[in-house]
Order: sequence, then C-alpha cells, then structure tokens
Amino acid sequence: MSVSNKTISPPKPPGPIEWVRKNLFNSWFNAILTIVSLVIIYFLLKALIQWVLFFADWSPVAKFPLLFMVGQYDRNELWRIGLSASIFSVLMGISWGVWKGLIQGFALTLGGLLAVVALVPYPLDFLTIEVRLLLLMNVGLILLGYWFGRATKPRSNYVAIAWVVAALIIVVLLLGLGNNRFIPHVPTTVWGGLMVTLLLAVGGIVFSFPIGVLLAFGRRSSLPVVKVFSTVFIETIRGVPLITILFMFSLILTVFLPSGSRFDRLLRALIGITIFSAAYMAENIRGGLQAIPPGQVEAAKAVGMNSLQINLLIILPQALRLVIPAIVGQFISLFKDTTLVIILGINELLGIGRSVINSSPEFVQLQLEVYAFIALLFWIISYAMSYSARQLEIAMGVGER
Amino acid sequence: MHAPGILSIVSTERLTEVTTEHQAIPFYRDERVLRWTAQIISAVVLIGLLVWIIVNFIQSANARGMALNFRFLNDPAGFPISDPVLPFDPSRTFGYAFLVGVVKTLLVAVTGIFFATILGTLIGLARMSSNWLLSRIALGYIEFHRNIPLLVLLFLWYFPVFAQFPSVEESITLAGPIYLNARGIFFTWPRLDSGGVIWLISIAIGIILAVIAWKVLEKRQLSTGRDTYYIYVSLAIVIIIPIIGWFVSGSSPLYLDIPVLDGFNYRGGLRLTPEFAALLIGLTMYTAAFIAEVVRAGIQSVSKGQTEAARAVGLRPFQVISLIVLPQALRVIIPPLISQYLNLTKNSSLALFIGYQEVFSVGKIAINQAGRAVPVFAMVMATYLLMSLFVSWILNWYNRRIQFVEK
Repeated sequence: MSVSNKTISPPKPPGPIEWVRKNLFNSWFNAILTIVSLVIIYFLLKALIQWVLFFADWSPVAKFPLLFMVGQYDRNELWRIGLSASIFSVLMGISWGVWKGLIQGFALTLGGLLAVVALVPYPLDFLTIEVRLLLLMNVGLILLGYWFGRATKPRSNYVAIAWVVAALIIVVLLLGLGNNRFIPHVPTTVWGGLMVTLLLAVGGIVFSFPIGVLLAFGRRSSLPVVKVFSTVFIETIRGVPLITILFMFSLILTVFLPSGSRFDRLLRALIGITIFSAAYMAENIRGGLQAIPPGQVEAAKAVGMNSLQINLLIILPQALRLVIPAIVGQFISLFKDTTLVIILGINELLGIGRSVINSSPEFVQLQLEVYAFIALLFWIISYAMSYSARQLEIAMGVGER
Repeated sequence: MHAPGILSIVSTERLTEVTTEHQAIPFYRDERVLRWTAQIISAVVLIGLLVWIIVNFIQSANARGMALNFRFLNDPAGFPISDPVLPFDPSRTFGYAFLVGVVKTLLVAVTGIFFATILGTLIGLARMSSNWLLSRIALGYIEFHRNIPLLVLLFLWYFPVFAQFPSVEESITLAGPIYLNARGIFFTWPRLDSGGVIWLISIAIGIILAVIAWKVLEKRQLSTGRDTYYIYVSLAIVIIIPIIGWFVSGSSPLYLDIPVLDGFNYRGGLRLTPEFAALLIGLTMYTAAFIAEVVRAGIQSVSKGQTEAARAVGLRPFQVISLIVLPQALRVIIPPLISQYLNLTKNSSLALFIGYQEVFSVGKIAINQAGRAVPVFAMVMATYLLMSLFVSWILNWYNRRIQFVEK
C-alpha cells in the first residue's frame, strides 16, 4: 500500500489562488491593470444594477409587450402568428434530427432561449402563465420534431421541401386571404415589431440567395456582357449605404416601372433589402466558388459533363458547403440592418420603440429604457445566432483543414 | 489486368467514333455557336431591360414634371443647414449646399476613423492581454457593440444622452473646463498665438532633422556595426528643437481659448454640436469593436516562433515588435482595416436619423423639396461610389505593393 501511495500523481489543476496569481498578478504592471479593471467593473456594474432595478421605469415596455413583438397586428388573429411559430419550431426540430450538427446549435440555442424566458423566476407583468406555457410548448415542439426526425429519418430532400411549403403556409397565414371567415386579410401596414424584423431578415436572405448565385456565376462568366453587368451591379450596391438603396426603393422605384404599378411598403423594403443583400451574397458565394480546386472542373470535363452540369452538380454544391458560415454571418448583420427600414415608415422593432415613445409625453422621459430594452432584445438574438454559428463551424470542421 | 491488345482496339474505336462525330457536329452543339448565342441573348435581355426602365422613367418623369438635368445646381438652395462648417445660408446655391454636405460627411468620417483606429487598437491589444480580467473587459466591449445594430446605439447615444443636455444657463461643467449644454459641447482649446507660426516651423524643422538623423545614423550603424543610438538622437532632436522654437517665438505661441458665457450662449473654445458628438461617439465606438478584432487577428497571424527567433538573435523587445511582428501583422491588418474605414464612412449616412446633416440628409431635403429626385439621388450615390472607388484603389495599390515585397 505504501508503494502505491508514492506513485507520482498527475499535477493538480491549479487552485483558484494559484490561478489568480498566474493570470492576474504575475507582474507589477498586470497587478495594476487588474486593480484598475476591477474598479471599472465595480462602478459599471453598480451603476447598471442600480439603474435597472431602482431608477429605470420600465412602464413603456411593460405596458405594450405585444406591440414590441407583433406591432398592431389584429389582436383577434394572434393565433396565426402563434401557429406560424409552432410550424417553425417543429420543422427546426425535424431538421435538427435529420441534419444533426448543422442545425443542432441553432435548435438548442432557440429552445434554450425560449425555456429561459418561460422560466424567468420573476413575476414580470407580460409573462403571464399563458405566455410561459406557449413558450414551453414551442420548446416541446422542437423536441418532438427532433424525436420525429430521429425516429422516421425522412430524406433530407423531403425536409427541404417541407421548409418551402411551410414558408408558403406561414406567409398565407400571416397575410390572410381576402375576406373569408377563417383567415381574413391583415394588411401589412399593421404588422410591426420583432416579427417584421425577423421576417425582413429571413426574407432578405432567402430571396437574395438565388440572385446572389446568379450574380456570382455572372461575375465569373466569360461572356463580357454578363460579366460587366454583374460586376457593376455588385460593386455599385456594395459601394453605397443600405439606407440610400432603401430610400431609393421607397421614393423612386415607381419612377422606373410602368406607370400605375404600386407596391406595398413592406414589399418595397423587402425588395431593397434583397437587392442589397444579393450583392454581398454574390461575393460570399464567389469566394466559395474560387475555393474549389480546378481539378474538380477538369475531372468533370473528363467524364464528359457540359458546363451547366459542371457548375450545378460539381462546383455549386461544394462551394455552398464552404460558404454556409459566411451566409449565417451575413444573416446576422442583415438582421441588425433591418432597423434602417424605419426610413420607409415601417414599424419594425426600433420603429415601434420610437412610436411608443412619441405616443405619450410621459414616455419621452423614458427613452433610455425603451432603447435599452430594444438593444437588449437585439443583443440576445444576435448573440445567440453568432454562438450557434460558431457551433456550426465546429460541426462543419471549418478552419480545421 | 486487361490484355493490352483489347484495350488499344477499344480506344482506337472510340477515337474514330469521336472524330466522325466531330466532323458532323450540329450547330446547336458547337461550342462557338453556343457561346455567341448566349452572348447575344444575354446582351439583348440586359439591354432590353435597361431600355424598358429608361422608357418608363422618361414617361413618368414627363408625367410628373421632374427635372432630368443639373441646372438646378445653380438655383438657391432655400433650406438652412444646421452647423454648416463652411459659411452657408439658404440663399447660396444648391450645388454649394451639396458640397457642404460632402464636407460634413468627410469631417465625421475622418475624425471617426482617427479615433476608432486608436480605440480599436487599444481594445484589440487589451483583448490579447495576458491579464484575464482585462481581456474579458475587452471581449465584453466587442460583443456588446457587435451584436447591437448601429442605429440602436446611435439612438441610445443621442436621444437619452446628448439630446437631453440642460439649457445654456444650467450647463454641466467638467474639468478643463468643458461645458455641456443643449447648444453643444464647448471645449477649452489651444489656439495659435501671434508667435505660433515660428513655433510650428520649428516643429517641422525638428521632425525633418530627426528623420534625416535617423536615416544617416541607422545607415552608419548598419555599415560600421558600431551603435550610433539613432533612436535616442532622433528623439532628442524632435524634442529639443521645438523647445528652442517655443522660446524664440516670444512669450508663448499658444493660448488657451476658454469658452465664456456671453448672453445666451458660450463663445470661444471648440464647439461640437450634440448631433455631431453623438454620431462621432456612436460610430467610433461601434467601428472600434470591429477594428479590435482586425488588429487581434493580424497580430495573432504572426506565429510565436517569429518572436522567439527574433529574441534568440538578440533583438530588443522594441525591435522585435517594430522590425518583426508589426511589418508582418500590418500586412494582414491593413486590408480589412481599410474596409472598416469605408464601412464607417458609409455608416455615417445614419446621421440622418439623429439630425446631423451630411450628404445624404442634404440630398434628402432637396429631394423632398422639389421634383429633383433622380439627379440628386444620382449625385448622392456618385459621392459614395467615388469614396468606395478611391478606397478600393488604395487597397489594390497596397496589395500590389505587398505582393511585390513577398516575391
């Protein structure tokens, strides 16, 4: 026994004191830095906590939680938004079950976020028991979808088709169809809040994708007309701020179309965002296209494929796999950029905040609270997405080769 | 293993097949014909689209009586510009008003770039610090700014903070003295006195002499191997000559321009409007977060072995950084840094929402005022495109230079 006691044990993990000495006080300079940092953190945190808990008046946010989420969407028709969210949750879960690592980060983050909000142990006014249950239901739906995906193992083509069908259903659900009894038309002028922010970002990425692919191939094309057009288009859009493009579509789009053509305001914003996003998408995809080694093209030629087949079946699939992280990054910045649509008078999240502030003189004094709340919402969603994107990159092994 | 005879027979058969096929190739599979057809079709489609747009445009422009020329540039602008930087009043021409907008864009862009570079570099270095706490603070700063839309940050800076400054009578006084009130931020600012020019000249002479001394002594050190202390000599020159100049110029070349309350406003000092200050702080802090990541990536791209090797051959810490790490890191840093500068310039168009009138805001007023939407819009777009072109020209030039060094 005494012998076994004397065996060399692996070095103990450094204790907390050891760690502090090594990382925070390993030199005079570092010790000063640590103390200064501690002082800064102390005062920042103290001011922040005091303000949040005692000085801030959250009434504009607490009074109109629904306004921030969905704008003035018809309150009798809210179930349509709920149903859309549920469809999204189920599909998210199924995709997680089928594509595993690629979706896992996003599904887990979304589920975790919903669960955390649902279980906040603090009696917030707008977190009624129904809202909490609804959030938990969506968590359940994600898990249900995951179980379904794992159990039945549907082909990934079917899942992709299901996403397209679901997107159409969601659009029809939200927009409504004319004057029927079940889903009457809800004009987009009353849409608002986080819902519009998310719809614009998702719509912008989805619609800009095919245009981006075409432009990317166009810029690499050997046909001069196509090449020049694509290059000029991409560089012009990338050279000007998004706000000028949005403003152009709000104001002078109709000038360039046959007289009498009219556009919904939200649709104009979506077109502007799509055009803007397409130029950046094209550059991302072109980066992927350039990364495909020429041997692939030569091999494809050798087995007798024509150039359309080479591009569609050999180059594009490999390139797209490479650029998924870049596209996720682009989605996150587009999500933030949607705030600019307030120049078209659309009440997305920030626009709603501004309307709430202007709705009553007492709220004008509470601008800090409203904008801080909006900043917090943006921060949580955007941080969750970039966290998931990092998980995705790990799952794909990007940067490891 | 196949019998070689059979293989060769098969391949000759295929070969003859191919050649016969080649002779009879139909035009719809001839690559040259296909290319030309695609060329012509794409040209027709694109030109057709352009013509369609232009025809629509001319029709609706005529219907609405819109101006399609730039003659209005010489008309009086008819609108005021707050804090116009250049002397301006509504009777000046619209072309001049536009120029004021361009100058204000450049003003906020250049100041923003200057401060964002300094702040971003500091935060990037803090992020890499071996001090865990400092590195976490830097990370917190970066994550805070990267996940909130710039417009929300600008709203947070402007509406609850800079737009809420008290009236002039109740100004907040900070050390300096700096006065904060609804009219703006008034800094105490050093200005050149009558003898100031002599002092400025002495500074210029000091810098020139220091550079010459640096070059000459460095060359001598390299050729003779004897230490000439060129760093210290240059530093001494650049400090001593301006001090001499200071005394030669008379009493004191600089005086402090202290803002004083005069009636309903402060006079003197350096005045920043609340809009400019909010925009500058928002843009600077936002861009600094991105620059910090650029700087970190650049410095981390230089492998540790480089530093260790440099120390091993006996370079001093300062030389390791200035001769080994920085030249290699800058190569990685500069291109994304320049595109961050361009982003900052483009983002300055958000000034519209907080009432700082730069080129886009001036253009927007003009568009709303009269039916000049298209030409004014073209001018605004052209302004931004010119800046982008200028920046990408610099980038290409830099990349070419770097490639040359590499080979």
